[in-house]
Amino acid sequence: MEKHDGRETAQPRTGDRGGAGDPWYDALASGWGELDGTGAPAPAVPAQSVPRERSAAGVYLEVQRSAAFQEVRGRYRRFVVPAVAIFFAWYVAYVVAATSAPDLMARQVAGSVNVAMVAGLGQFASTFLLTWLYARHARLRRDRPALELRWDTQEMTRGIADSTRMNGSARPHGAGRVRGSEGGQW
Amino acid sequence: MTGTHQTLALVLFSAFVAVTLGITTWVSRNRHGSAEEFYAGGRLFSPMENGFAIAGDYMSAASFLGISGLIALFGYDGLLYSVGFLVAWLVVLFLVAELVRNCGRFTLADVVAARMRERPVRIAAGTSSVTVSVLYLVAQMVGAGSLVALLLGGTSGAAQAWTVVGVGALMVIYVSMGGMRATTWIQIVKAVLLMGGTIALTVLVLAHFHGDFNQLLRTAAARSGHGSDFLVPGLKYGGSWTARFDFISLGLALVLGTAGLPHILSRFYTVPTARAARRSVVWSIGLIGSFYLMTIVLGFGAAALVGPDAVRGSNAAGNTAVPLLALDLGGGADSTGGTVLFAIVAAVAFATILAVVAGITLASSASVAHDLYASLRRPGGKQRSEVAVARVAAAGIGVLAIGLGLLARDLNVAFLVGLAFAVAASANLPVLLYSLFWRNFTTRGAVWSVYGGLLPALALVVLSPVVSGSPTSLFPGVDFQYFPLENPGLVSIPLGFLAGWLGTVTSPEPPDEAKHAETEVRALTGAGAV
Repeated sequence: MEKHDGRETAQPRTGDRGGAGDPWYDALASGWGELDGTGAPAPAVPAQSVPRERSAAGVYLEVQRSAAFQEVRGRYRRFVVPAVAIFFAWYVAYVVAATSAPDLMARQVAGSVNVAMVAGLGQFASTFLLTWLYARHARLRRDRPALELRWDTQEMTRGIADSTRMNGSARPHGAGRVRGSEGGQW
Repeated sequence: MTGTHQTLALVLFSAFVAVTLGITTWVSRNRHGSAEEFYAGGRLFSPMENGFAIAGDYMSAASFLGISGLIALFGYDGLLYSVGFLVAWLVVLFLVAELVRNCGRFTLADVVAARMRERPVRIAAGTSSVTVSVLYLVAQMVGAGSLVALLLGGTSGAAQAWTVVGVGALMVIYVSMGGMRATTWIQIVKAVLLMGGTIALTVLVLAHFHGDFNQLLRTAAARSGHGSDFLVPGLKYGGSWTARFDFISLGLALVLGTAGLPHILSRFYTVPTARAARRSVVWSIGLIGSFYLMTIVLGFGAAALVGPDAVRGSNAAGNTAVPLLALDLGGGADSTGGTVLFAIVAAVAFATILAVVAGITLASSASVAHDLYASLRRPGGKQRSEVAVARVAAAGIGVLAIGLGLLARDLNVAFLVGLAFAVAASANLPVLLYSLFWRNFTTRGAVWSVYGGLLPALALVVLSPVVSGSPTSLFPGVDFQYFPLENPGLVSIPLGFLAGWLGTVTSPEPPDEAKHAETEVRALTGAGAV
């Protein structure tokens, strides 16, 4: 942790990357003026120290166009777009019906339970169901290819100018602390 | 409320304050004061811990006491209100949590600024985040004052004022000393207490009716004096079309606003990965959903056992329904059981307020230091550590919230929570979704969508009946009411999205393909995530 924080501080603070300064590595975005651990002010790293044969931007464009990424994005969108449409329409229909169709809502179903009560509890049930479906879909269909893309992308950006911090944080912080099934893979 | 209640409740309050201060001291014992540590607690919380903390951050006293009170007084309409608070989490889970965890560092502005010119975007997103936080905070402070006065029987103005000052001082201590780590543990403790108290009361109510929910509903409806109308919508949000549109507006604000609340977004940065962020949201949906299900039982239980007249007699808004129910379930006002249960409920409500205000204060201090101060300070000015600025900002926000809380002490501020959600949905959500999903989004679009949602939302509230022109307004004496709805969401949320689109299509600069590619790749894969 400490070592990592120190590295993060050690970033160029001046915009020596020209107008196209990359905001992810921009001084403003990072912990400016941090005096933690190391206590030393951030040294300025000359940006031109590494030849820019292949820029970080190029890498991301390349990854974005790759079939593997398109597949991950497609899987995410094919689940999320219909799911959002369904629950949002169902919620709006519920609220509009509750405010403007009292007769429908008052219809008895069983005992004191009426349509309104069934619909309200149905909102709870559908929320739980969609949560479970989404978590399952992401775990089975998206996590593994996304993780592979992550390592590949970080491999490709390694050694490119301005990517000091990226290499520094290539492994997530959690890697140092294994917790249940969270550890190892992530 | 007799002296025994007060004493016992005060002892429990003090125990909670002592425990939380202990936590704060313990976690800050060898802190190294990095921004990572202060804003994100080192990003090492497990999904379960973060799930509890999210639930503790989200379930305010307004949920615990307010919603069950609404159900006790108006029956079904209270349930209708609670549904929005839960369904909102699907927006967070599907569209926001993982992607924000992957592309941001501490605040909402991080995600947007990554694609855009940083300064204007940070100033815009920082301003709207601080606005949302302050609105929410004032509502909580005023609520704390009146709640403690109600529960402890001290109706004097001085007791309320001291409560507001005390809550403000405590939250500044928690946040500035312990940062995210202390705040998170306070929220976890609070969530456990709140769930425990709610489960105990729910079991007691159901046991009273021998597990027959149908019997509970029938008794509540009979005792309410409304008959079967008590079990259908319309007692509170029905009637005129203005009231109906007002509820639709509030419902939209609740569902879309949660994903734009700064103190909720900042919680996703406290776990190591996007997958952990997803799993923490799953935990929190389970907790929040079962909590709201139990408030339904508590609300109808209060209507059936205490009766709406007694509830209304104690507090017109119904905020004391659950404490009165606890008293009743324990065996009545003079029994030991009643005293103990009442004191527990009062202490849980107090813990709830403290945990929520700490979370909001931390998030707004992050917006001030990380977004506003970083963008607005003079380039040649003195270098200060960001965390030091954040600590000062937390104290400043505390003082501001105490001041506004004292000023608004006697005002009807119930609309502020709905307004905070409406501003979050109008100003924060559009810019966040556009940045994550729209290839052609530009800096001008981002800035316009923030201000295009924020300014109409605030302006419409100023022109609404909550500020002037009705007996329950903030300023009942004057009338400059031109907008009929109390909640601006129905108009301001579409305006926020529209302004973002308009700003983008009229933008002279072309959208940056490479930055969009980077955002998209990082959001979905986690490449280069901190």
